[in-house]
Amino acid sequence: MHGLEFDVAHLLAGTLVLASFMMLYQDRLTALLNVYALHALVLALSVAWQAFIQDAPHLYVTAFIALVFKATIIPVALHRIIVRLGIHREIETAVGVGLTMMAGIGLVALSMVVMLRVTPGADALAREDLAFALSVVLLGLLIMVTRRNAVSQVVGFMSLENGLVLAATGAKGMPLVVEISVAFSVLIAFIVIGIFLFRIRERFDSVDIQALDRFRGERR
Amino acid sequence: MSMINDLISQGAQMLLVLMLAPLLTGFVRKIKARLLRRQGPPLLQPYRDLIRLMRKDVVLAENASWLFRVIPYIIFAGTWVAASLVPTFGSGLLFSWSADLIAIIALLGSARFFLALAGLDVGTAFGGIGSSREVMIASLAEPAILIMVFSVAMIAGSTQLSTIAEFMGSSAVGLRVSLGLALVALTIVAIAENGRIPVDNPATHLELTMVHEAMVLEYSGRHLALIDLSSQLKLLLYISMIACIFMPWGAAAPEAGVRSLAFGALTYIVKLSACGVALAVFETAIAKMRVFRIPEFLGAALMLALLATLLRFVSGSL
Repeated sequence: MHGLEFDVAHLLAGTLVLASFMMLYQDRLTALLNVYALHALVLALSVAWQAFIQDAPHLYVTAFIALVFKATIIPVALHRIIVRLGIHREIETAVGVGLTMMAGIGLVALSMVVMLRVTPGADALAREDLAFALSVVLLGLLIMVTRRNAVSQVVGFMSLENGLVLAATGAKGMPLVVEISVAFSVLIAFIVIGIFLFRIRERFDSVDIQALDRFRGERR
Repeated sequence: MSMINDLISQGAQMLLVLMLAPLLTGFVRKIKARLLRRQGPPLLQPYRDLIRLMRKDVVLAENASWLFRVIPYIIFAGTWVAASLVPTFGSGLLFSWSADLIAIIALLGSARFFLALAGLDVGTAFGGIGSSREVMIASLAEPAILIMVFSVAMIAGSTQLSTIAEFMGSSAVGLRVSLGLALVALTIVAIAENGRIPVDNPATHLELTMVHEAMVLEYSGRHLALIDLSSQLKLLLYISMIACIFMPWGAAAPEAGVRSLAFGALTYIVKLSACGVALAVFETAIAKMRVFRIPEFLGAALMLALLATLLRFVSGSL
């Protein structure tokens, strides 16, 4: 059970969780986008390894999509957006790194406990992938919660979606059609969000989400 | 017979670490100087400094207590014992049954406690600042290194260094992400504990940001020599610990012959110089941090160690 196959899968999935933590730690926007590209690259490697050990050629397509769209196109486009918005040098004051890290560790522990309890029958690879995928999803949500800048919230959302892909490849037999449609819907969501970023910016002169709170009258 | 062999190799190790520690410091200084295109002091300069300090008179502050005079010996003894417990060239040492990682951390921790007391003893402002900063760093570094020890112990099944080294040298280890995380965590802690550059600058005197130098400002003569020698021993200890846990190749097994012991010593020297070069390059490439960013730096080590333990927990329970 603990052969090389399992060890490599474990290594890649663990690196994915680590990359999520790096995003959580990073408070500079440019570096955050670079870490996101790394996250997607590790995801592509992990999916390709799953394709290799499951003998599932369609997963190679998924890995390719991850490599092209998520590791290349989206980070480059986001880099352009933040340069055009003039916020690429901005340092975000997130909630507080120590507290966020502790919350992140708590979420990872929670997802391990939950996933290992509810999937006793499945095989080791799928269980391990599911546990890590849930923690990547939760960490993505945590990134979205602790950031005030709209661009880093987008990055959090994208990393969350990476976690979903990891879960889907671990559980054998996600059809290719679903995979491709998910990938494209994320791309479309990305475009819509990009347009919205500029609209928000036009109206409020900032992409700080707190401006929206003030506008709705929630904060005086 | 094997008892006598173990005794001899234990004694050899105690002498070896004591002899090598100043050389390692001189080596790191030399490499750093060469990287900055300076000539740098000769490799043997730390020995000369120690001998010169030994010959000089001790100047004591008027209000120094007896503790102030005893502490250098306590620190030196604790650090030397800890350094001679870590297996360097071979794991067949007489006291390897007591070379427990937690015991070594406790020895270093008590040495640090006494050093902080010495900083406070004379009652100068600098000593107080140094001690408070040292304790702040220690309170963050110690949990990190303990959790790192737990994750390594979960993998190797023991906290005893010789057992861990043997396990890591065998093929039973496999490919483990936890070990990589633990290595990074241990490296960060080692940098912080030895006061190397992102945390403290070992080459400065009389700056507001210094930590270690501020505590030992009042010491002179043979006391200062002992404290310097123990901080050099501490650097050697951390590098040998990293080498012993994560690079156990080449170290001689217990009951090994003279040839494999010599081979172990040779590989140990190679590992030490590789780590020394890496440390010098890292220190040259990075700038010193503000004091209030150190908690974030060490927090990363704590987080990595926790993550390593969690990941190990998952792969172990499947």
